[in-house]
Amino acid sequence: MRDTEKAATRPLNDSFIRELEERARVIRSNIIRMIARAGSGHPGGSLSVADILTAVYFTRLNHRPKNPRWADRDRFILSKGHAAPALYAVLGECGYFPKGEFLKLRKFGAMLQGHPDATRVPGVETSTGSLGQGLSVGVGMALAGRLDGKDYRVYVCLGDGELEEGEVWEAAMAAAHYTLDRICAIVDFNGLQIDGRIQDTMNPEPIPAKWEAFGWAVREIDGHDFRQIIAALDWAAEPKGKPSAIIARTVKGKGVSFMEAQVNWHGVAPTADEAKRALAELGEA
Amino acid sequence: MGVAKAIRDGYGEALLELGRSDRNVVVLDADLAESTRSSVFRRAYPERFFNAGIAEQNMINMAVGLALSGKTVFASSFAIFATGRCWEQLRNSVAATRANVKVVASHGGLTVGADGLSHQCVEDLSLMRTIPHFTVIVPCDWIEAKKAVLAAARMQGPVYIRTSRPKTEQLTTEETPFVIGKSVCLRAGGDVALIACGIMVGAAVAAAKALAEEGIGATVIDMHTIKPLDAQAVIAAARATGALVTAEEHTLIGGLGSAVAETVVGWCPVPVEMVGIRDRFGQSGEPEELLRKYGLTSEEICKAAKRALSRKKG
Repeated sequence: MRDTEKAATRPLNDSFIRELEERARVIRSNIIRMIARAGSGHPGGSLSVADILTAVYFTRLNHRPKNPRWADRDRFILSKGHAAPALYAVLGECGYFPKGEFLKLRKFGAMLQGHPDATRVPGVETSTGSLGQGLSVGVGMALAGRLDGKDYRVYVCLGDGELEEGEVWEAAMAAAHYTLDRICAIVDFNGLQIDGRIQDTMNPEPIPAKWEAFGWAVREIDGHDFRQIIAALDWAAEPKGKPSAIIARTVKGKGVSFMEAQVNWHGVAPTADEAKRALAELGEA
Repeated sequence: MGVAKAIRDGYGEALLELGRSDRNVVVLDADLAESTRSSVFRRAYPERFFNAGIAEQNMINMAVGLALSGKTVFASSFAIFATGRCWEQLRNSVAATRANVKVVASHGGLTVGADGLSHQCVEDLSLMRTIPHFTVIVPCDWIEAKKAVLAAARMQGPVYIRTSRPKTEQLTTEETPFVIGKSVCLRAGGDVALIACGIMVGAAVAAAKALAEEGIGATVIDMHTIKPLDAQAVIAAARATGALVTAEEHTLIGGLGSAVAETVVGWCPVPVEMVGIRDRFGQSGEPEELLRKYGLTSEEICKAAKRALSRKKG
């Protein structure tokens, strides 16, 4: 039996959704706290991906936080590594490491480096930060799973701006070529990158049509609607002889009104005062 | 002595052995399997061979994913693509996670020949030497290449091995010991030490013979591991002879010569003369023509040895 069987069989009723929303609220608060303390980091993309990570780790990912190297675990790769605070907040919430690490983010000697370091953080599958590489690593993990006759799944979360990297499409081609139907790409489609709107910088659209053209099954969802995210994860798990891509429409900076859809919040830490306002909006005293 | 075979042939032979003895070995290539010799493995173990197509960056990172899932992964292409095109993947994904990935790249150096500049990689050793956690090996003949590949499979962590295209003479035997990071002394002499890697080891042996006829005793060291460098052997040779010559089919910026110089300057400063390529690109031509044009011959090593001797103190 899969470890997440319990969560997986829970009906998606209002109380379960409320539980997930509460988790995401706590996770967002921790993202704000850790970036504010660090004095640098990427709040926008961390907040846009927070609901996706919450849904994956708390409902469908088959994992054992007390045994991060468990051979049969599902793999999750945050290819958009600059959203590390979101991953750290979720991993800490799952119990991979003590939450005291949050406030040492980006500090000298810290477990939680500026971008995810697999040699330091339990639960981080591979080191990311340089965009465009995670999906290829995921393809390798899925190939290994097939060679070993294991049924673990591989999830790779990419940014929309990241799709401008050519290697993403090399990996997309490879996953379809090898008919890897246990790999699922999740695109955090928040529409912004450091230099501005993705359409103005280097337009990767039409995003769903590109994945389809590369041989993937594609589903578009609202990346802040837990029912839709979970339904899409279940859809991705259905065997279809091809890999699955979930294109999740999101809002950069989601959950903090003055950060929402603002490109200037891509890679700037909130001041103490801004953090206080953000936390108040998130219901933290 | 022995059979003339291409250094890359040693890779194919080793892979065949590994395929048989270790079910965990997986091999990747990027549409160059016949050229790199990974095709030998593909024929014998097709279920553990993956062609990445003409997409080297994806190949290197697929190797990372396989390695992080417990596989011993060999990934091959031409040296220029494997190291030049994928340097950032090798740094940020392979080395940063210390993944058990072995990059075995053929067509190192000018002896690629007619394909010309675009395919002649003379920078790979510098590129790979700068990445933490990478072991860098340049075998001198096919039999040493075979041993290097088997040794790389036995060790945990990232390894880069450069092989070459043309057939070259066999300089070592089945019995020659091979330990990563431990050089092989092929000839002893008291006046000067010739430290070489890859196909230049053969040229160094020829140079030592020519020097002997002029009454100059030359030690020849086969420095198959560029990193970690056998510093002990370099320092011992510097102390014993007081004059060193390095020889590599590679740019003089950052390769074997640099590694040797970095070592002696700290421990035993003696004259070091370097034979290699002087900050230039290659061009089309027969390997022999190119080696002559770019000064990678035993004659050049002899001249360098004499320069080193003349600079030697008292």
